[in-house]
Amino acid sequence: MKWNKMNVKKHINHILLKNGLIIDPFNQKSFEGSVLVKNGRIAGVGDFETSRSDDVFEIDCNNKIITHGFCDLHVHFRDPGEDDKEDLESGARSALAGGFTRVCLMPNTKPPIDSPELINFITQKAKQLPIHIHPIGAVTKYQEGKLLTEMNLMYKEGAVAFSDDGLPIQNGGVMRAALEYSSFLNVPVINHAEDECIRANGLVNEGIVSTHLGLEGNPDIAESVMVQRDLELAEYTGATLHVPHVTSKKAIDHIKRMKSQYSRITAEVTPHHLFFNDEDLMDYDTNLKVAPPIRSEEDRIALISGVKDSIIDCIATDHAPHRLEEKETTFDIASCGMIGLESCFGAVNKVLCVDNNTKIEKVIDSLTLNPRKIMGFNADLFSLDTTAEIIILDAKKKWKFSLKDIQSKSENSPFIGKQLIGKVLYTISKNFLATI
Amino acid sequence: MTNNILKQKHLLFLKKYPKEDIELILNTAFKFREVLDRPIKKVPSLQGVTIVNLFFENSTRTRISFELAQKRLSADTVNFSASSSSLKKGESFKDTVQNIMSMKIDAVVMRHPAPGSPKHLTEFIDAVVVNAGDGAHEHPTQAILDMMSLKEKFGYLKGLKVGIVGDILHSRVARSNIYGLINMGAEVMVCGPPNLIPRNIKDLGVDVKYDLDELIEWADALNILRIQKERMGQPLIPSTREYRSSFGITLDRLRNHKKEITIMHPGPMNRGVEIDSRVADSEQAIILDQVLNGVASRMSILYCLCGGYSNEMEQNER
Repeated sequence: MKWNKMNVKKHINHILLKNGLIIDPFNQKSFEGSVLVKNGRIAGVGDFETSRSDDVFEIDCNNKIITHGFCDLHVHFRDPGEDDKEDLESGARSALAGGFTRVCLMPNTKPPIDSPELINFITQKAKQLPIHIHPIGAVTKYQEGKLLTEMNLMYKEGAVAFSDDGLPIQNGGVMRAALEYSSFLNVPVINHAEDECIRANGLVNEGIVSTHLGLEGNPDIAESVMVQRDLELAEYTGATLHVPHVTSKKAIDHIKRMKSQYSRITAEVTPHHLFFNDEDLMDYDTNLKVAPPIRSEEDRIALISGVKDSIIDCIATDHAPHRLEEKETTFDIASCGMIGLESCFGAVNKVLCVDNNTKIEKVIDSLTLNPRKIMGFNADLFSLDTTAEIIILDAKKKWKFSLKDIQSKSENSPFIGKQLIGKVLYTISKNFLATI
Repeated sequence: MTNNILKQKHLLFLKKYPKEDIELILNTAFKFREVLDRPIKKVPSLQGVTIVNLFFENSTRTRISFELAQKRLSADTVNFSASSSSLKKGESFKDTVQNIMSMKIDAVVMRHPAPGSPKHLTEFIDAVVVNAGDGAHEHPTQAILDMMSLKEKFGYLKGLKVGIVGDILHSRVARSNIYGLINMGAEVMVCGPPNLIPRNIKDLGVDVKYDLDELIEWADALNILRIQKERMGQPLIPSTREYRSSFGITLDRLRNHKKEITIMHPGPMNRGVEIDSRVADSEQAIILDQVLNGVASRMSILYCLCGGYSNEMEQNER
């Protein structure tokens, strides 16, 4: 067991990011220049006068990209209840290592975050940490899919969205009530879109791979029929809906159609659904057991196009830490999910930019501007005096993802041993500087 | 030290298994079949080799067959059985197996309800692993004994027309038979209710018929499968009567065809459901030959994986 703790410096007065390519998603501009951070706030962007002084920490950004810190709408930090897998602090370190300065926590902790008191527990605990952490509140009490939670009270304590996370709201009436009720708060409802009756005991994508493996199949329609239901309910109630981790071409088609007639719909995709297809499961790798499952190559291609065509708004990791023994077991009983913060950029940059000719700006938008817009966070991060959320990237760097790159308490990543392209080198968040 | 004469260390599945090795296993199996017909049915081939039979799922036929095969080969054997549910409650699969393996075991025969579990096993133990059935995935030794029985009956596999009837979706026997038979040049057709046939089955190189009578006209032999209710989340067939009328191998149905088709069944049989008693007990059924060939096949498999070709076989023949 090795533990390489990443270097995170605190309270540096002046950081000068010198001569890089500045990509500003908010103003949709790219230009050469430098960025000055003073006491954790933006003090200069582009060309500006710097007084030479000794306490300026300089980072040479030649051939590097300087841009906004990433924002992840879908992570699990297992706090409270399972802090041996992850806690807010280790989760924050994992986020910094992946270039994330802002994350939203799913509420499926033990107990689930289903009351204003628990929302408050998270926001208080997160205050001193180097990144911004926002709780997502449960839609229903105990995530049971029955009684609505006190959404407005939770909202006032800092809940930024509502979701029952991995437990789909199977009852359409409850989903309608949740959307209708929450619409006055202007925050999204996020529903894990899988019809549980159609999914049944499905473990992997239903298709030739499930047939070969003898594992029960989970068909793409389990997702698409639920997505279609939620889209229609959102339009009908005038609510805001965010569709998490879209996996199938069929769901993309539904979202595309609804987006043409109703605007308050957004969708996300994970790095792993962009990177892997179900053929990668032929060896029963339990680290690739996720919900919803990794789908076919045809679906993967549709997801890539979905990002390119803006049907999918943002990339979210669904960072889901698990104990070793929960993955080092047979496929049928292994836990679902993988960690994803540290490997995110290298994976999506490789798939989208290198393999599929997407503009780097587009990928950066889907990791910075778009997720912030969905949640109503400030997205104008290069304006003067803004709290620093900046990263430095090398988009060309080829590297092999390994255990030593992981800052999470858990190690359940199928990216270990994979060649990635593009790496986050520094993350500046509040007045912390992480050197990765 | 064991000596493997096959290309792969383990026998985990027949998917993409080398054809020459299937041939070698079958030929060796016929030699062991001769041993089984002798008054003294024991050879010293695996003397000193220790084999553990790990059965995490119930089994009668396969377990006794493996045990007998090991005893006939003079191997030392240990048996372990546990319901998977008791394992889920306490000790993990990995710990259970590692504890047994630390007692110096050369080979493991494992049955487990989880598809892929034999592959998982090879990731943390050194011993030779033989898959005795992993959930709905594969049952390679069953397919070997089925192929042996077909070869015994017909003398060839290439070009042979084999129909597999019943619950294909939940059947490891079907998967292993399909991979093995197609590899050996046979033609395979499956038949059963559409919701018990995987959607992509044609990609495995087989055809589908829903009309059992058409299948009987086409096939040289039928392998009849049981409906695996225990693997169904919800009931997938309306009634026994309904199933029997469409997919049951009844004597009346066979009488309507002017051909003597060979009937196989991997067991356990549900008489009166997928097969009539009178068919199961008839001359055209080779179900009990399959059972005997099972012992010979498993002797061959264990011998090829753990014994290697010494001069023993030839000496015994002389």
